[in-house]
Amino acid sequence: MSSSSSVTSVRTGPWADALFGWLAKGAAWLTLALLISILASLLVGAWPAIERYGLGFLANPVWDPVQENFGGLVMIYGTLATSIIALLIAVPVSFGIALFLTEMSPAWLKRPLGTAIELLAAVPSIVYGMWGLLVFGPILAKYVQTPLQSLFSGIPYLGALVSGPPVGIGILSAGIILAIMIIPFIASVMRDVFEVTPPLLKESAYGLGATTWEVVSTVVLPYTKAGVVGGIMLGLGRALGETMAVTFVIGNMNQLDSLSLFQAANSITSALANEFAEAASGIHQASLIYLGLVLFFITFVVLSLSKLLLLQLKKNEGAKS
Amino acid sequence: MTDMDDIRRARYASRKRVNIIALTLSLGAMAFGLFWLFWILWETFRLGIGGMTIATLTQMTPPPNEAGGIANAIYGSFLMVLLATCVGTPIGIMAGIYLAEYDPRGWLASVTRFVNDILLSAPSIVIGLFVYAVVVARFKSFSGWAGVIALALIVIPVVIRTTENMLQLVPAGMREAAYALGTPKWKVIMSITLRSARAGVVTGILLAIARISGETAPLLFTALNNQFWTSNLNDPMASLPVTIFKFAMSPYENWQQLAWAGVLLITITVLGLNILARVLTRHKD
Repeated sequence: MSSSSSVTSVRTGPWADALFGWLAKGAAWLTLALLISILASLLVGAWPAIERYGLGFLANPVWDPVQENFGGLVMIYGTLATSIIALLIAVPVSFGIALFLTEMSPAWLKRPLGTAIELLAAVPSIVYGMWGLLVFGPILAKYVQTPLQSLFSGIPYLGALVSGPPVGIGILSAGIILAIMIIPFIASVMRDVFEVTPPLLKESAYGLGATTWEVVSTVVLPYTKAGVVGGIMLGLGRALGETMAVTFVIGNMNQLDSLSLFQAANSITSALANEFAEAASGIHQASLIYLGLVLFFITFVVLSLSKLLLLQLKKNEGAKS
Repeated sequence: MTDMDDIRRARYASRKRVNIIALTLSLGAMAFGLFWLFWILWETFRLGIGGMTIATLTQMTPPPNEAGGIANAIYGSFLMVLLATCVGTPIGIMAGIYLAEYDPRGWLASVTRFVNDILLSAPSIVIGLFVYAVVVARFKSFSGWAGVIALALIVIPVVIRTTENMLQLVPAGMREAAYALGTPKWKVIMSITLRSARAGVVTGILLAIARISGETAPLLFTALNNQFWTSNLNDPMASLPVTIFKFAMSPYENWQQLAWAGVLLITITVLGLNILARVLTRHKD
């Protein structure tokens, strides 16, 4: 041992090894430090607003830069509402796609189709935004919103849900576009976890005469439950933090008077994107950073849950095989 | 007896029916997903191709209703993406090496891996806020450098993730053979493991470039925007995504046309890089 270390020290010196090790360790620490300093800088930046409004900020629907009265309820509602609509659409579709890719698709089609779905995630959000505003919005208004309105008008709750100008901008269109954007994330996690189901389990079920659907719903899904929920959480995390696409189509209007899905609204990210660069430093800026802090906190919790669930599946897999 | 048979047959038929309905819906979901991809790509081409002229690529961003191009925005994007990649890649690779080669099961590696996965999906606008607080507010000016830092912070987690995954695929036997020859650890990593994982690491870098080429949110209040050509990274700097955002939201016809051309350009670049990255790894296996 001592002779071998003396040989290396002749060639390179032990310092090269130590230096490289420290660099690698330093880079890993840097990643940790990054997360902590993001949190710290948001806390510091938001402090004036936290001090002034406290947690009441989260329940206050007023956002008035002139009177310097700020509350985040409108934006938090917008963020949550659009993300929930996105999940309602994206989860069943992603499940269908994962099912198709793992159980139905012929082998030679798996890769191209999987890639196509993944490319949907690669399209930059600004492209979704511009397409949503100028192409999708008008079509949605003409062929979906107007008919829905005439169908539901007069019916107590549904009518209120679809009231407002059918211009293709607002919570519904933001939710639909978010759904398209998170489908690839959820679908690829689902596909990956479906594929770790031991073939033996599936083949046993097929051998007993189960149909494809029965195999998926009674064998694959229970086995991969944690991973599936983890994938949905990942999609939710993405939807909550998505900025540009939402900013384009949500309409950027601070209102909560009507709960209509067709009404223009605002989300945390779109408020930040639109107002932050122009906000006067002081309480306006601090309130915006407070919103950013709330967003970061929510996504942090959601993404941590997602990661823990996926880790749990991996651990179980190790225990069983 | 025939009753039992009937019941059995009916159950069998209904199971088959459920199966067919489920599989049809699954096929429908697949078509639904592909439909959006093709629609978006089609509209991007249809509306962007008209603006793809020499003038668009060579002239500066114009005032409303005047002729011009997006050359300064393309240049600004190129410069910032290039520098951000140069800053972020080495850090990402080193951290990835730590996770895969030094103490992969230790607490630091586990925590870093966890944090990294969160940073990977964290809202990019929050990265913008962070860089605003740390750089822009301190130096009292929006600058290209701030944009570079914001983009570099997005590069790091992407590169860490792929580097670690690719290094883990290198067979342990190769490392052991090199150690047995008395090679120091850093040399084993640099010229054996990292080298054999090269294609995968490059894939990660390409994916990171693709990701930051389209990022708008972190640039909105770091690099801001600039109507003119500038190479001075201490000044606010135009970038393609931010210019598209500004132009697309405007009511002016010529600005919207330029925005569509920009969108087409970004889409081609980003999808091209993604496909290239996939081809590289497929070659490997």
